[in-house]
Formats: sequence, structure tokens, C-alpha cells
Amino acid sequence: MNIIKAVNLVFDYIRRDEDDKVEEVSRALDHLNLEIEEGSFVAVLGHNGSGKSTLAKQINGILLPTEGTVWISEMDTADENLLWEVRKTAGMVFQNPDNQIIGNVVEEDVAFGPENIGVPTPEIWRRVDESLRATGMAMYRKRSPNRLSGGQKQRVAIAGVLAMKPRCIVLDEPTAMLDPNGRREVIRTIRELNRAENITILLITHYMEEAIDADRVIVVDGGKIVMDDVPRQIFSRVEELKRYSLDVPQATELAWELRQGGVDLPDGILRREELVEALLPLLKGRKGCQ
Amino acid sequence: MSIKAVDLTYTYGAGTAFEQRALRGVNFEIKDGEFVGLIGHTGSGKSTLIQHLNGLLKATGGDILYHGESIYQEGYNLRALRGKVGLVFQYPEYQLFETDVFSDVCFGPRNLGLSQEEIEKRARHALRLVGFPEKLYGKSPFELSGGQKRRVAIAGVLAMRPEMMILDEPTAGLDPKGRDEILGQIERLNRQHGLTILLVSHSMEDVARYVDRIMVMNHGELAFDGAPREVFRHYRELEAMGLAAPQITYIVQELRERGVPVDDSITTVKEAAAAILGLLGKGGGEET
Repeated sequence: MNIIKAVNLVFDYIRRDEDDKVEEVSRALDHLNLEIEEGSFVAVLGHNGSGKSTLAKQINGILLPTEGTVWISEMDTADENLLWEVRKTAGMVFQNPDNQIIGNVVEEDVAFGPENIGVPTPEIWRRVDESLRATGMAMYRKRSPNRLSGGQKQRVAIAGVLAMKPRCIVLDEPTAMLDPNGRREVIRTIRELNRAENITILLITHYMEEAIDADRVIVVDGGKIVMDDVPRQIFSRVEELKRYSLDVPQATELAWELRQGGVDLPDGILRREELVEALLPLLKGRKGCQ
Repeated sequence: MSIKAVDLTYTYGAGTAFEQRALRGVNFEIKDGEFVGLIGHTGSGKSTLIQHLNGLLKATGGDILYHGESIYQEGYNLRALRGKVGLVFQYPEYQLFETDVFSDVCFGPRNLGLSQEEIEKRARHALRLVGFPEKLYGKSPFELSGGQKRRVAIAGVLAMRPEMMILDEPTAGLDPKGRDEILGQIERLNRQHGLTILLVSHSMEDVARYVDRIMVMNHGELAFDGAPREVFRHYRELEAMGLAAPQITYIVQELRERGVPVDDSITTVKEAAAAILGLLGKGGGEET
């Protein structure tokens, strides 16, 4: 089943002057079509201004289509009566953890969402327990979020979304402000939620390494989807990606450079282990190699 | 000429229950014209350290010498120091506030009490240095893309004519192309205009590609200080500090463990490609 479906989606940012007259219209999404299967892990790539964050905000009704329709689990996001259901189904995590945490204690912060929608107290605590366990933050539950590292704060933000029991989580560059360790923690947590809880993940990122493990990679450019395939296929199109102001993982880039230099390597190498395995037979027997 | 930290110590909330030592006896010297990277996990003391270098925070112990003079001595002109050591904070575009790009860049030099002509000359020069297109000078900063906004913010600091510029994660949240453009411009400011650069970054790949020297902060101490190839050799220790080496370092290490004699000081894709092509007898092995 498709948890997300967008048909002919158009979104215009409209700027008005003091007299409410339209001054400028810029089209962020341009007749975009998208279907995402429940339980999949999808990475969304695209340069700044490509429309990917606008797309993310369409998925839980923060923005509504100018034209076209978005369905989340068959609910039309433009139907006001369904808005809360839509937001419960599709949760969002943003770039800056400090903007998303409001509680003085970790467990209170996580409880904020379910409390707001009137979940009975015993059920709230059950959800808080589960969410903190799933994000590996249970041992920090009595702590103040201020004293946590960036990666830990971001995991608290994810736990807060989880406590709403969503079926889909959209993460808009959740690791952009984190150090390498924080990045690893957050990506591991996201992957685990996808695998163990079957939660659909839409991960928007500028780190190509984070897209390697996705089931599917979507590239957005000019408000349209311009590439849509499995990571191995996407990252074998190095020159095309560079045209869209994107990049490839370093292992892929090195493989590409070597191919340019005449080395016979297979297409679409993603991981460093793959590159090493492909290189070893070629290097064996060369001067100084064992 | 240089900036020098001598036994620099800083304690937050000294004497209270929340006392926390953010810097513990840090020593280093950055010479004119150097391009230095500063890495460390969140909370390692990087931000505290850089705020000392232009006197925004005052050390609880030790000293900062700028061109050999203590900035803590009586009567030292900290205002002038802040013009010489420019600090570009994280997400500097949040600090843009004027109605158009040009006025925003003029704001700094105007505060120096210069003539209108000189102010505009500096603003124009600074915007040119960051490669900002002239036809957009009259635009509102809020209508620009992320990368452009950030360039305007950097130009605002450059217009103060600093001798040294400290940038706190100038590429966070930028796409790969925007990142390469900003770092390329910073590199040019260093190589062509002799500006001393201290670049704070969470991207080991970026640091490996651009800087001449890396300083690593860990628990308020300077854990490593050396050329990228020296520092990234300690990748296991870096991992224990919550950091990492560039992806390429791991590929090289793995090849070495499997009996391929690649130089273990390689830190960039270009270097690795040249070395492997050399081993395969595909020539061009020496050029990088």
C-alpha cells in the first residue's frame, strides 16, 4: 500500500505587497508525482532551493497544495477535518534539535505530543517508555535536554514524534548540525525504526553516505523528481548527479576517478568494503603487493 | 605575527554547583597566513575556544597574545581586535537584518566611522571577494538562497578588513555544490589574499581537503595539532573522541591491512586515485 501519494502537486510561494497585491510568485513544486510504499526507507536528495523541504512540509499538512493533491494513507491533506489524523500519521523532525525541544526533562518532552491529543495518562507513559527505548534514550529520561549532545537531542526529538505513533516519519536534514558521532547515532536510530517498527522513513539529506542504505533514492530538482531509483543505480550516474549540484559517497567517487584513469571496476560501488574487494584482485601481484 | 593561546583555561559558572571546565590549559600559536581546521565533538570546547580569540569571552586563566601583546592587558583595544579577528558564527544568515544586501554589508564598516565613499568601497570589495553577483546587491537578503545569504554574511565580516577570520561551520546545511563554492572562496581568501583562516567543521572530508593543519579539541584540551595526514593517522583515537577520519582514510587503511602498500597519509580522493593508479602502472601517479 502507498502511505504517501502526490498527484500533480504544485506549490507556489506567493509574496504580497502592503496592499495584499501579489508581487512575486515562485513555483517550488512543479507538477510533482510521487508514491511511497508503506515500510520503505526513502532518501531525498536535491540542492538548496530544489523544493525538497517544501515537499516534506506537504506531507504532514504544514503546507497545502496550490494545485494537485497529497494523500497520506488515503487521507487528503487539504481536508481540514483530517488534518490532525494526517499529522498523527506522518511525523516530522527538523534540522535544529534546539528548536524542537520544549520540555525541561527528557521524558516530559516526549510526553508533550500524546498529552496534547488527550491520550490517557497510563498510555502516555507506556508510549514514552517505548519511544525512549526505541531511540536508545531510556537512560537519559530524567535528564535535562540542555545537557545532552546534539545527537542525543535529535534522538529525543525523534522519540517525541514516535510517541504520536506515526506510520511515517519525515526527517528534514536531521544530521546537518551534528558531529560525526551524533550523525552515526541518528542514522542508526532511523534505520532501526524502519526495520524493527516498519515505520516509513523519508530522509532528506545533503550527506550522500546517509543515502546508501535507503531502499530508494529520489532526486528533486526545480520542483520535480528527476531521478528515482535504488542507491546503486543513482550513484552510478556520477556526472548527472554533479549537474544537479550533488555529490557521491567518497568510495563511489574514488571508483569513478579510477575508472576515468582506465581501471576496470564495476559500476555503482557504494561502500568502502566493495571498493576494496574490487581493487584487491587487480592489485595482487603488482610491485610490492602481497 | 600571530595569535597565541597560553595555558588558556575557562570555567563556566565558577564557584557554583554547575561549575564546568570548558578549556583546560590550551596552548597553540597560529601564524599569519595559515589555514587551520578545528575539529571536536559537540561540547568539546571548540566554540568556547573561538570566542576567546577575539575577546568575546575572557579566560579564567592563561593568556591570549595577539601579535605578541596580551589582549587582557589594561587599556587593550578589544574593539579594534574584533575588527582584526573576524568571527563568522554558525548560520550567520540569521544575523542579516538590513533591507538590501549592500546596506547589510556596509553595516560593519559604517560602525568604524569611515567615510561613505570608503564604506561603499569596502562593501563592494568584500562582496566581490565572496563572488556575489552585482545585480543582486539591491535584493532583500531574505529573498536569497541559503548559499547566497551565507556569502553576504561572510562579506559583512570581510568588509571590516580582518587579518584573521574564524568561521564556525560555514557549510552546515548547504548542498554539496554550495559547500564547495564557499570553501573554495575561503581557500582563495587564504591563498591569494593572505587571510589567516580558522575553520571549525564537523566534516572530516572538508577539513582534509582544504586545511594545512588540524587542531583537535577533546574535553577542553587540545588533543592533536598537526598536518591532516598526521592527525588522521590517529583515526582510532579520533573515533574514541566521537570523531572520525575521512572515508578515504578507511579505504586506504583497509587496503594496507590486505597487503597493498598505499601511503597511509592519504586523506583525499584525488591523492588516493593517484596512488592507486600509480600502483596499477596507469601513470600520473605522482601528481597531486
